[in-house]
Amino acid sequence: MLKRFCTLAALAAATALTAPAALAEEPKSGGVMNVVIQPEPPGLMLGVTQNGPTQMVAGNIYESLLRYDTDLNPMPSLATAWEVNEDGTVYTFTLKDGVTWHDGEPFTAADVVFSADVFLRETHPRLRVSLQHIESIEALDDTTVRFTLKQPFGPFMGIFEVGTMPMVPKHIYEGTDFKNNPANNTPIGTGPFKFAEWERGSFIRLVKNEDYHVEGQPYLDEIYWHVIPDAASRAVAYETGKVDVLPGGSVENFDVQRLTELDNSCVTGKGWEYFAPHAWLWVNNREGPMADRRFRQAIMYALDREFAKDVIWNGLGNVPTGPVSSKTRFFDDDVRQFPHDPDKARALLEEMGYDGTEIRLLPLPYGETWQRWAEAVRQNLQEVGIEVEMVATDVAGWNQKLNEWDYDLAFTYLYQYGDPALGVARTYLSTNIAKGSPWNNVQGYANEEVDRLFAEAAVAFPDENRQSLYTEVQQVLVEDVPVAWLLEIEFPTIYRCDVKGLVDTAIGVNDGFVDAWLDR
Amino acid sequence: MSTAAASPRSAQAQAFRDFWKRFARNKGAVVGVVILLAVVVLAAVAPLIYPQSPWSMVQRPFLPPLAVDGFLFGTDTLGRDIGAGLVHGARISLLVGIVSTVVALTIGVTIGALAGYYGGLLDDALMRFTEFFQTIPNFALAIVLVAIFQPSITSVIVAIGIVSWPPVARLVRGEFLSLRSREFVQASVVLGQSNLQIITRQILPNTLSPVIVMASLMIAQAILLESSLSFLGLGDPNTMSWGYMIGAARTVIRQAWWMSFFPGVAILLTVLALNLVGEGLNDALNPRLARKGR
Repeated sequence: MLKRFCTLAALAAATALTAPAALAEEPKSGGVMNVVIQPEPPGLMLGVTQNGPTQMVAGNIYESLLRYDTDLNPMPSLATAWEVNEDGTVYTFTLKDGVTWHDGEPFTAADVVFSADVFLRETHPRLRVSLQHIESIEALDDTTVRFTLKQPFGPFMGIFEVGTMPMVPKHIYEGTDFKNNPANNTPIGTGPFKFAEWERGSFIRLVKNEDYHVEGQPYLDEIYWHVIPDAASRAVAYETGKVDVLPGGSVENFDVQRLTELDNSCVTGKGWEYFAPHAWLWVNNREGPMADRRFRQAIMYALDREFAKDVIWNGLGNVPTGPVSSKTRFFDDDVRQFPHDPDKARALLEEMGYDGTEIRLLPLPYGETWQRWAEAVRQNLQEVGIEVEMVATDVAGWNQKLNEWDYDLAFTYLYQYGDPALGVARTYLSTNIAKGSPWNNVQGYANEEVDRLFAEAAVAFPDENRQSLYTEVQQVLVEDVPVAWLLEIEFPTIYRCDVKGLVDTAIGVNDGFVDAWLDR
Repeated sequence: MSTAAASPRSAQAQAFRDFWKRFARNKGAVVGVVILLAVVVLAAVAPLIYPQSPWSMVQRPFLPPLAVDGFLFGTDTLGRDIGAGLVHGARISLLVGIVSTVVALTIGVTIGALAGYYGGLLDDALMRFTEFFQTIPNFALAIVLVAIFQPSITSVIVAIGIVSWPPVARLVRGEFLSLRSREFVQASVVLGQSNLQIITRQILPNTLSPVIVMASLMIAQAILLESSLSFLGLGDPNTMSWGYMIGAARTVIRQAWWMSFFPGVAILLTVLALNLVGEGLNDALNPRLARKGR
């Protein structure tokens, strides 16, 4: 087992090294990159703030022990090698030698222990949940760190993403009030770019870290992150050449096609594999016809999900087979399939004796795309004879209705964070049924079998055992249809085609600028 | 006997012929009536020419006009037939226009009549109340009302009714003020008619001409308001309307002009027709006023 991981690490390292060569192009150094950031981040200290825009900018200032390729395999970053013991409870990381912070201080194992065990435990709610599985974190020497787990924890190798576990400098933060430390305004990391200035409401400027620990990188001299509050203005900024990159979600979907048809304009849906945004319809399992499994299956047959992908999302994304995104680990498509089949839907409705009860549909109030999507879904459902009434809502109303379970069908999407134990189980565990949150088991699905499988799979070891448990749970869930899965969303990143190497990892532009270069 | 029964009827017919003669003197008004009739007929037969729901996705999206037989106006971003949207939207526009005007007239005429007839403190109170509504911009108030009540066809109609009545109230009050001291009203008082009878039987019928003219313009105004609300996404999400069609197509106007153009033309024609008809009615009902204007 120990050997297997080392090989994997070596393999990953090899891919990382050969990747630029495979392009048969020598990266050029120099140049300034202009990028849109939307909305303006509240802060750039990644250990304290973990908003989307903060992660996008600060992911290039800070680093973690690992990076992940688009298949979520770990790649070396601050750690160059890692080992695990036979029963999956002790992980030992070897850190890179000669890494320094932006202020010149050396980065050592003590910083890792401080970051994970002290700083982030206090400031990072999502990581804190994973850290509960960890018994101790120790620095064996300056370049070796040992994590001892209470029991095997499947997603462990996935929590070293920069937004999840950013390394923060011990020499600046030890013994201070982390959240209010004035140093948060001038973030110090180990990453390829250093914070230079921030003109509030206008731009954030990062400059090249000349002492970066990868020889010759980064290639760019400067990055300007432009704050442009209006979506149409962002599109125009790209059209006029003011910016070179529009990260996912920064322009409206309906503009994507027009912008990608411009000269020297490329688009990619990659770079979201770690987050794997998964969209579905909440189906209130407690009430009316939705309590009948046949009704929920009928909904799945009634939906024309391919149409929604092609027409509403411009062909980006995948139609999911079930609760786990195909990008997330332990995905299995060996489950019941639900193609668009109105006749089967009608037959199921007939069989259960659906009496024409009117169903309320709550769209996600995030703009045109989601509104059109709700209209298409309503039409799909009406065509098989389900009476649907769309409810108009704003963001606050949407939150409130889901918090109070006052809905029949409702749109949503959630991130999966690479592992079912982190991003999937939370939606289906019966222990997660509680009013007051739109992100837990809102549909009220309770199945002891599913609870047991998820619990076992989270701590099973090695991966083969996890896979068989997750395959089983996917099969059970897809048969039960607790929610109606709609789409594995890909938020398109639009960029000039002469921007190279930008989106090569599972978190895309969030840590992409280390490898990015301009072919000009 | 037969002559006695026939004469009022022929007198009515004669009155209508006079009315029509005066109305038809305004060529624009006749054009307005023709357009309006066409819209009404289309709205009435909508389920016959487009039996499917206007929300049905029936062809491929972004189909330009005339590209495929049977899709005269093309399709929208989801492949819904714009033609179906136009005729079904006509039903909603007319429904909202007429019903909300009835609501506004009911409120406005009641308040105006009471204020004008009784005068004094009641008049002061009602007019201050009216001014309170007049000081708030119509559209802003309508948006707030719809947002509070949740967008639905009923809340849209009520909101438009509530923001449209003050001018009616002021008009009716003015008419009542000038009519209540006339001899025929005094005669009614002497005859012992109750206040209610005097208001409804004696004065109100004499104020109707300007109210009818105003109502026709209010329908046009209500259609515009409904379209604006739907354009902003505050219409009933379950009914297809012209404003919604433009609002939904706004984002693709550079790729697909037809999606917003045709509903825009529909609104333009309908509102224009109502204005022309209103002008014609004004000519026909207030012949002296109209001639003075020429």
